[in-house]
Amino acid sequence: MSGTFVGMPAFPKAAHEAVHNPTLRANLRHATHTIRAKRARAVAELDDWPALREAGRRIKDHTLRHLDRYLVQLEESVTAAGGTVHWAADADEANRIVADLVKETGESEVVKVKSMATQEIGLNEALEAEGIRAYETDLAELIVQLGKDRPSHILVPAIHRNRGEIRDIFRTEMGAWGRPAPEGLTDTPAELAEAARLHLREKFLRAEVGISGANFMVAETGTLVVVESEGNGRMCLTLPRTLISVVGIEKVVPTWRDLEVFLQTLPRSSTAERMNPYTSMWTGTTDGDGPQTFHLVLLDNGRTDTLADQVGRQALACIRCSACLNVCPVYERAGGHAYGSVYPGPIGAILSPQLRGTASEIDASLPYASSLCGACYEVCPVAIDIPEVLVHLRERVVQGGPAVRQGNKVLLKPAKGHAAERAAMRAARWAFARPGVLGAGQRLVSRTRRLHPRTLPGPGRAWSGTRELPAVPAEPFRDWWQRTHGGKDSSK
Amino acid sequence: MSSRDRVLGRVRRALADVTPHNGPYEEAVGRDYLPEHGHRTTGQTVELLAENLADYRAIVHRCGAGELPDLVARLLAGRGSRQVLEPPGLPPEWLSAADVVRVEDRAESTPQRLDEVDSVVTGCAVAIAETGTIVLDGSPDQGRRRISLVPDHHLCVVRVPGQVVSSVPQALERLDPARPLTWISGPSATSDIELDRVEGVHGPRTLEVILLG
Ligand code: SF4
Repeated sequence: MSGTFVGMPAFPKAAHEAVHNPTLRANLRHATHTIRAKRARAVAELDDWPALREAGRRIKDHTLRHLDRYLVQLEESVTAAGGTVHWAADADEANRIVADLVKETGESEVVKVKSMATQEIGLNEALEAEGIRAYETDLAELIVQLGKDRPSHILVPAIHRNRGEIRDIFRTEMGAWGRPAPEGLTDTPAELAEAARLHLREKFLRAEVGISGANFMVAETGTLVVVESEGNGRMCLTLPRTLISVVGIEKVVPTWRDLEVFLQTLPRSSTAERMNPYTSMWTGTTDGDGPQTFHLVLLDNGRTDTLADQVGRQALACIRCSACLNVCPVYERAGGHAYGSVYPGPIGAILSPQLRGTASEIDASLPYASSLCGACYEVCPVAIDIPEVLVHLRERVVQGGPAVRQGNKVLLKPAKGHAAERAAMRAARWAFARPGVLGAGQRLVSRTRRLHPRTLPGPGRAWSGTRELPAVPAEPFRDWWQRTHGGKDSSK
Repeated sequence: MSSRDRVLGRVRRALADVTPHNGPYEEAVGRDYLPEHGHRTTGQTVELLAENLADYRAIVHRCGAGELPDLVARLLAGRGSRQVLEPPGLPPEWLSAADVVRVEDRAESTPQRLDEVDSVVTGCAVAIAETGTIVLDGSPDQGRRRISLVPDHHLCVVRVPGQVVSSVPQALERLDPARPLTWISGPSATSDIELDRVEGVHGPRTLEVILLG
C-alpha cells in the first residue's frame, strides 16, 4: 500500500468498497480526467488568471474577517428590497423555519434547485416528516433522488451511475413520483434528458413554492446569484409564488463589483466553460415578475465554529467549483461516497470535520483522506491552502486541543482509538517534513513529499499493515503527477 | 436570545483575533486583473461575440435594420412556429412581417398557457463578447423572466455594437442590480449523464441570436 495514504480509519473502509466497484472507478476516472483537461484550457484563455485568483482570495478573506459587518448589511439590503431574512443557528432550526414557511403557504410540495446547504441540513427528509414532498430538479439530483441514492460529486452528483443504470431507474421509479418515463426509453443521453424534461415540467408549471441555495449574496445590494446549466434553477426561481433560499453565511460578498471576479473564475474552474448556460440574479422581489414572496434563511450550522479556527477558517472561502475533486488522486480512486458527507473530495476533507467536529470516526478520519500532494491548492480559484488545513486538522485529531463547538469553547481530547494514528503522525512527520513548516505557509511539503518512500517507516509500517486500505493505484501517484502535470500546474 | 443575536455573537467571538480593516474596501481587495482580455476594434468585438455564441451552440444571424422583419418572419416560419410570445414593449416592426399568432404575457397567463407557445422574441440589455453571453433585465422589450424560459425556442435580438461589451466586468458596470437579471450563454444544457453534453433540458432548447446593426 502506498505510504501517501496516511492513516484512514473510517474513510478507508468506504474507499475500499469504492475501489472494488468497477463502474464507479471507470466513471470517476473518465469524469475527473475529462473535466481536468477541459478546465485547463478554459483557464488558459485568461492571461490574468493568477490575478483573478488572488482577488478572489482577498475578497473572501476580507469578507470572512468582517463577516458580522457584511451579514448585517446584507440583511438590511434584502429587507429593503422586499425580502424577509431569517437566521438559523443549526440544521434543525433551518429545517423548522423552512417547513413552517411552506406550511404557511398551504402547499404540500415544493420544487428544489440543487443546493449543497439544504443537503447538508437534510432538508428533504425534514420536510418529508412534515408531510411536504420536495422534488429535486437537477437532472443528476433527480437521478440520485429516484435511485434513493446519495450524490458523489459536487458538480456531477450522479457520476457514479452510467446511462444503463439511469435508464433503469427512470423506468422503474418515475411513475411513483409523477409522469412515468416514456415507453421504450433507451439509454441515449438525449432521450434520458428528454424524459427528465417531461417528468419535471409538469412539476415546474404547477409549483407554488421554490427552494434554492445561492452561489453568492451581495451585501451592498441584497442581490442573490444562482449559477446553473439546465434551466431548472430558472424554473424554481421564477415560476413559484414563494421562494425560499437557504444559504450559508459564508456566501456573502461585499459589493456588486466583486461578482466580476467570481463570474469569471467559477464557470471556468467548475464546468470548464467561459460562462455557464444560465445565471440568475435577483434582489428581493420585483412587482409582477417572479416570486412575490422571498425568504432568505441564513445558515450557521458549524460555520462560526469553523470561523473561530484561525487556520481552518479559510475553508469557508470555498466557491464549490469542484476543481479540487477532479485533481485529487484519492478522490479519483475512492469516489465521493467514501467521504461520508455532502462535501466530498479535498474540500470535504477539511470542511466536514470542521462543520461537524471530529467526534465521529468518519469525521476524525477525513483529514487523512489525502496524500498532501498539493494539487488541490494549485487549482483552487480562491487559493485555499487545503494541505495546510489538513495537517492542522490531523494534529487536532491526534493531539486534541482548544476548539469551538456550537459556539462554545471546548478542549478536545486526543481522539480515542487513535494511538495508531498518533504513531502514524509521528512517522508522517519524519517522512513528510514538519507540520510546523506547512503551518508557516511554506509549500515545501508538496515538493518534498513526492521524493519520500511509499511505505511509512517505523511505527507507520506496522500500523498500515493492520489496516484494510485501498488497493495500490495502478499508476504510482508520483508518476501520474509527472505525466499529467510535468510537476507544474496548468492554471499557473 | 434570538437566533440572529446568537449567530452574530458567535461570529464576533470567532473573530476576536482580527483587527478590523476600516479603510476603503477597494484598498483591501486590490484588483490587479484586467478590465478586458486583449485589444479589439469594435467590429472585432462583435465578431468575437458571434464566434463565442456559436461555440456554445446558439444559432447566430446578422442583419441590418431594414431586413429584420423579414429575417424574423423567415426564422419563425422555418421552425413552423405558429404562436409567438411577445414582451409588452417589443418594437412593433420586429414581428410585422411574421404570419403568426402573437401571444401577450398577461399577469393572469398561467405557466401552462406559456408552455403552449412555440417561440418567444425578445431584445436584451447587454451582450458579452468574451463569454458569448446575453443578459436580459426585464425591460419592456424583454418582459418577465418566465417568457424567455418556458417556450422551447428563444429568438433574441442584440443591437450591435451598442449593446455589446467585451468583458464580464464591463457588463456588470452597465447592469442595474435592482432589476431581475438572467444571463444566458447558449441553450440550456446538461452533462450529467456520463459527461455527454445534451442541449436543452428545461430552458429553451434552441437559442437564436440576431445581431442587428
Ligand atoms: S476548495 Fe477551492 S477548488 Fe475545491 S471546490 Fe472549493 S473553491 Fe473549488
